[in-house]
Amino acid sequence: MEIPYTVQVRRDTGLTNGKIGIWLFLASEVMLFGALFASYILIRTGSQSWPRGDTILNVPLATLNTIVLISSSVTMVMAWASLMRRRFGTFRIYMGGTILLGFVFLVVKFFEYSHKFESGLFPSTNNFLAIYFTLTGLHGLHVIGGMAVNAYFWGPGAKLWKTNPEWFTNRVEHSGLFWHFVDLVWIFLFPTLYLL
Amino acid sequence: MSQPAAVATPKPHDAHEAHHEELGFWRKYVFSTDHKVIGIQYAFSGLLFLLFGFSLMMLMRWQLAYPGAALPLIGSLLGEARMPGGTMLPDFYNELGAMHGTIMVFMGVVPLAVGGFGNFVLPLQIGAPDMAFPKLNMLSYQSFLLGGVTMLASFFVPGGAAQSGWTSYTPLADIATTGQTMWLIGMVFLITSSLLGAINFIATTIQLRAKGMTFMRFPFFVWTQFVTAFLLLLAFPPLEAAAVMQLMDRLAGTSFFLPSGLVVSGQIVNNAGGGNPLLWQHLFWFLAHPEVYVLILPAMGIVAEIIANNTRKPLWGYRSMVYSLVFLGFMSFIVWAHHMFMTGMGTAMAAFFQTTTMIISIPSVVILTALIISLWGASIRYNTPMLFAVAFLPMFGIGGLTGLPLGLNVADIPLHDTYYVIAHFHYVVAPGTLFGLFAGIYYWYPKATGRKLNETLGKIHFAGMLVCMNVVFMPMFLMGLAGVSRRLFDGGSTYNFAQPVLHWNVVSSWGAWALGLFQLPFIFNFFWSLRKGEKSEDNPWQATTIEWSAPSPPPHGNFVVAPEAYRGPYEYSVPGAAKDFVPQYEA
Repeated sequence: MEIPYTVQVRRDTGLTNGKIGIWLFLASEVMLFGALFASYILIRTGSQSWPRGDTILNVPLATLNTIVLISSSVTMVMAWASLMRRRFGTFRIYMGGTILLGFVFLVVKFFEYSHKFESGLFPSTNNFLAIYFTLTGLHGLHVIGGMAVNAYFWGPGAKLWKTNPEWFTNRVEHSGLFWHFVDLVWIFLFPTLYLL
Repeated sequence: MSQPAAVATPKPHDAHEAHHEELGFWRKYVFSTDHKVIGIQYAFSGLLFLLFGFSLMMLMRWQLAYPGAALPLIGSLLGEARMPGGTMLPDFYNELGAMHGTIMVFMGVVPLAVGGFGNFVLPLQIGAPDMAFPKLNMLSYQSFLLGGVTMLASFFVPGGAAQSGWTSYTPLADIATTGQTMWLIGMVFLITSSLLGAINFIATTIQLRAKGMTFMRFPFFVWTQFVTAFLLLLAFPPLEAAAVMQLMDRLAGTSFFLPSGLVVSGQIVNNAGGGNPLLWQHLFWFLAHPEVYVLILPAMGIVAEIIANNTRKPLWGYRSMVYSLVFLGFMSFIVWAHHMFMTGMGTAMAAFFQTTTMIISIPSVVILTALIISLWGASIRYNTPMLFAVAFLPMFGIGGLTGLPLGLNVADIPLHDTYYVIAHFHYVVAPGTLFGLFAGIYYWYPKATGRKLNETLGKIHFAGMLVCMNVVFMPMFLMGLAGVSRRLFDGGSTYNFAQPVLHWNVVSSWGAWALGLFQLPFIFNFFWSLRKGEKSEDNPWQATTIEWSAPSPPPHGNFVVAPEAYRGPYEYSVPGAAKDFVPQYEA
């Protein structure tokens, strides 16, 4: 049985099912991270002392990571744009680049984390580090999730291109929307945790 | 146009049927992506969890009626660690209490109301072939099941299941035994499940509507599910965030919810401190107040369908009901702290939240009033679904009206920790929501199985439930007004002031056990009618909405020909029409 509007848009709503689905999912993600940011504000305003982020965390590394993640958003858009222009080869290159940049982000994050652990800074040390590890950890899980989806479309999922290129393009667009969201969360995280 | 299933079917449908039969047992009944099978899976699991959660309460009612007395037979089966010599230990009582709440809310009522009825009925009512994302739908049920199993398994870990109430207030929950960790992990699965479900419901409602099915032609049930899905989508993630933070507190030693200098059993807890225990309450109730509407709205939707059908009249004030519903959904996000007046949050905050609470009572009253006025001047058919639906109105009314004093800061403070609160929200959820859900089971059973439930057994079930529910919960108002605390494992027997009302505990307990007995006719009816029940036609209730145009039970893909909506959902007794109902799906 065919579910209608998976590929073609419904005329009165102008949307495919997947487009609505991914936006709804992102709305719930906003609430998830919103609750954590709200908790951050409440705990910080209620605490007697709160360290400035740059006294504990490594701002240059995080700046590098910000650049890496923003670049990966650009390659993500290029990957989707290549599909729109029916160039599957360039899609593979850009999508590969997106996955690679995500991987670079995680490696940098790994060095940041392990440096903290080596200097005896754990989530249990104080509430600044607690919220730091929780927020960046959850964000890291989202990066891994996004990379897994992108890797699927780069590899086995790309079979769909041969049978239904439009559907495949839509799917890449949706995973792109998620990837941009993950990028956006980091753009909020970076100043909040590292600079303020 | 309502065709019997035997009529020759068009070609594409034959193809589906052939494809459908290829599916083996596992793909057809266990890993099914068909919304109807998933709906039935949800509903059946939900009913089982309701029965289990209710059994926990029946055990607790023994301890409350006869504190310290040994429970014959069952007591010794539960083991020395829980009930030595048949007498219940306080820790075990706390386990039962916490798990009763958790199971009833998250694994009983919501899966039945949203997962069960939503999945089964919603796509049929809007004329869709299936949900927008069938595979996500399957994942949603499996995630729910995993969460349920995790919760059940927590009874067997050292220290037993969670003991900090269904609200899991910190810092108590932060320092509780392993069962609490299991509770949190179970909740993460349940939240994932409802997230997938909510996305699916909203996308399906917007995208897969049949031709001509505009929003104002939706049956009221569809509207309730639509609003409920938004509540689930946006209110659950903050609890997920809170669950993650509580997990961090418990496993990584953080202090999100632990204040500095916390003393437990005479010893200062060694932690970083600086956390905020009230933060948990805020995040929890930010979910749990919308959750209250998740519990009640689908039941209101079911009741509206059944009342329109059995009064043979259009709903009175359909539009104002819809607008009230949407307003209610929005308001439900800004009333949460009325659960927290006891925390001493200050008069300014309390004033804000009691004002929003008074405002939110208006749309609820509008909906209930519209349903009551719908009865006016009707020649009502009193079949079993209608009996439950009509009884819903006063029962939910009692629950709603007794909530008003709790919404006001000053009146809430003396009442909040007493049995009055238990009585209030159980009137909303037990005789309220559950009556709505049972009404729905009796109403849509013929659609799901092709056979009707037995009416006589149904009426016995209804009469027993109506009497017993009131015997169980009405005394709790009296005990609550007398000031008896709702948090005592001996029901308050050590307090002098409680003595004059404590005998009500015995009445309430016997009511609960009788209520258990009155489920037997239903359980028997449910299974017996599967094979032996009276055969049902496609539209046994002479209803107008689109689900009744499908064969009973509907095949894979639901409709023989794609349906179309030609008019509003409740065109009953239209003057000049040939029969007393004009179906939405007939040109």
